[in-house]
Amino acid sequence: MVDARALPRRRFDARLMLAGGWLLVVLLAAIFAPLVAPHDPLAQDLMLERLPPFWLPGSEPGYWLGTDSLGRDLLSRLIFGARIALIVAFVAALAACIVGSTLGLVAGYFGGWPDRIISRIVDIWMAFPPVLFAILLVAVFGTGLMSVIIAIAVIDWTRFCRVIRAEAMSQARMDYVENARIAGFGRLRIMVSEVLPNVLPSIVALLSLEMGIAVIVEAILSFVNLSISSDAPTWGGIIAEGRLSIHQAWWVLVFPLIALFLTVLSFSQFGEGLKSRFDPVLR
Amino acid sequence: MSACLDISNLSATLPSGQRVLRSVSLTVQPGEVRALVGESGAGKSMIGKAVLGVLPPSVRIVEGAIRLEGTDLGALSAKERRRLIGAKAALIPQDPLTALNPSRRVGPQMTDRLVHILGWAADKADRRVRQLLDEVHIREPDRVMKAYPHELSGGMRQRVLIAAAFASEPRLIVADEPTTALDVTVQKQILRLIAQLQQEHGTAILFVTHDLGVVAKVSQKVTVLYAGKVVEEADTPALFANPQHAYTRALMAATPKYTDPQASLKPVDESVLAGLAAEIAVADHDWRPHG
Repeated sequence: MVDARALPRRRFDARLMLAGGWLLVVLLAAIFAPLVAPHDPLAQDLMLERLPPFWLPGSEPGYWLGTDSLGRDLLSRLIFGARIALIVAFVAALAACIVGSTLGLVAGYFGGWPDRIISRIVDIWMAFPPVLFAILLVAVFGTGLMSVIIAIAVIDWTRFCRVIRAEAMSQARMDYVENARIAGFGRLRIMVSEVLPNVLPSIVALLSLEMGIAVIVEAILSFVNLSISSDAPTWGGIIAEGRLSIHQAWWVLVFPLIALFLTVLSFSQFGEGLKSRFDPVLR
Repeated sequence: MSACLDISNLSATLPSGQRVLRSVSLTVQPGEVRALVGESGAGKSMIGKAVLGVLPPSVRIVEGAIRLEGTDLGALSAKERRRLIGAKAALIPQDPLTALNPSRRVGPQMTDRLVHILGWAADKADRRVRQLLDEVHIREPDRVMKAYPHELSGGMRQRVLIAAAFASEPRLIVADEPTTALDVTVQKQILRLIAQLQQEHGTAILFVTHDLGVVAKVSQKVTVLYAGKVVEEADTPALFANPQHAYTRALMAATPKYTDPQASLKPVDESVLAGLAAEIAVADHDWRPHG
């Protein structure tokens, strides 16, 4: 007999590699930002304002992606912006994931009144338009990294809750769950040891997708100037500034958009790739 | 000596009030195999689920008692009942493809109950499971225990489930159509295996099936069920030699004969079913749940 796992596993997964590769670049840049960034992201120099990127005439060596209208180095600002983007992505997505998945698991597996209560809360929650809700929350909590994270977690836990509830529900009807009951196990234990492993691939995929969404929401909040203090370089903030000078310096708008686009796409693709790799039946 | 399983006068209803079990009584003595035969929908799996404490929430037991080694399951709290069933009974399920958790390795799924419910040491449980895998003729216990269920064939998974059922030394095993989902060529091996382990371990089995051929092979006693009602109960040889009830005879007549493939398949005789339906209608009319 052939070990079925040995065969498809060796397949080179281009999607997973490319997405993971880009995320690793962003992660390393964020962690080692002070070492990697060629300049101080806040240092202004009006002599160097609106320098174009390195391949265009008039560029200055050392300022690879050019400078903005205050003469700040764009690459350095993007690198420091990656820090904030990733902190928000990881912390906010993880918080939303833990809250949403736990409630979804309980609602789906236990059914009955826990399900009715949790599902009603989710329905009410989803009636709010998410971005307006985020802006409202940040306005209440005040601007700052922490309130952005809280706002994203508070809005997006429902995404986890709905998906995981549906999956846990179909798991609860499975024969092996009944067998565990017959063997004498309690419901909480069955939820953790029989149901959770089967919904884990979905949780991982959603978590990764949610990190991408968190990056977008953070960018939106910075764009409307409701995120971190306006000095700190955030991708959304840079995009907002770039918008004002699009005719004189398009690069200030385009490069953060590319960074944002690649990062969000990579998160969602990375999650899908991980999901198919985690699932013992699919792989 | 008290019976291993004693079901007395058990009735169950759906929310609509319709009875799905009609005053069923049956016993399984220690070390005995009792077959529970009937067409689909006769309530035979329902009895198995009632014994194992996993009836669907919509089905309600309205009268009667189930005693496992003399203990009335209805008199226990939910938690005590679960513990008792976990320690004394086990299931050989119908469909080996869905009875194992696809995301967990086979080994831990087999030892879980021994370690966490019966409180065995991990290495003792491991030895025990290996021994049982050997008894079901699995030659590479290491590979099988490390495998995920989808890496094993259906017959292989059913062997694993049989080994798991016997591993905890239960007093009673409910075998719920254990060969129905399997390939015909594998069915015979699996039946032989269950019979062999049953004799070696002296475990009582409630063998749920619709197949009279299987009944003749494995059981000492038979209960024939129709629409949740016991229509006949007998020693297996006696039942085949001299079926008493018209329904039993009709059921036997409807069983295809491998020796005569030309004979057309006959359904169970209509007039017999009509007689049974009338009998049940009268019984339901007079029936009131007692307590």
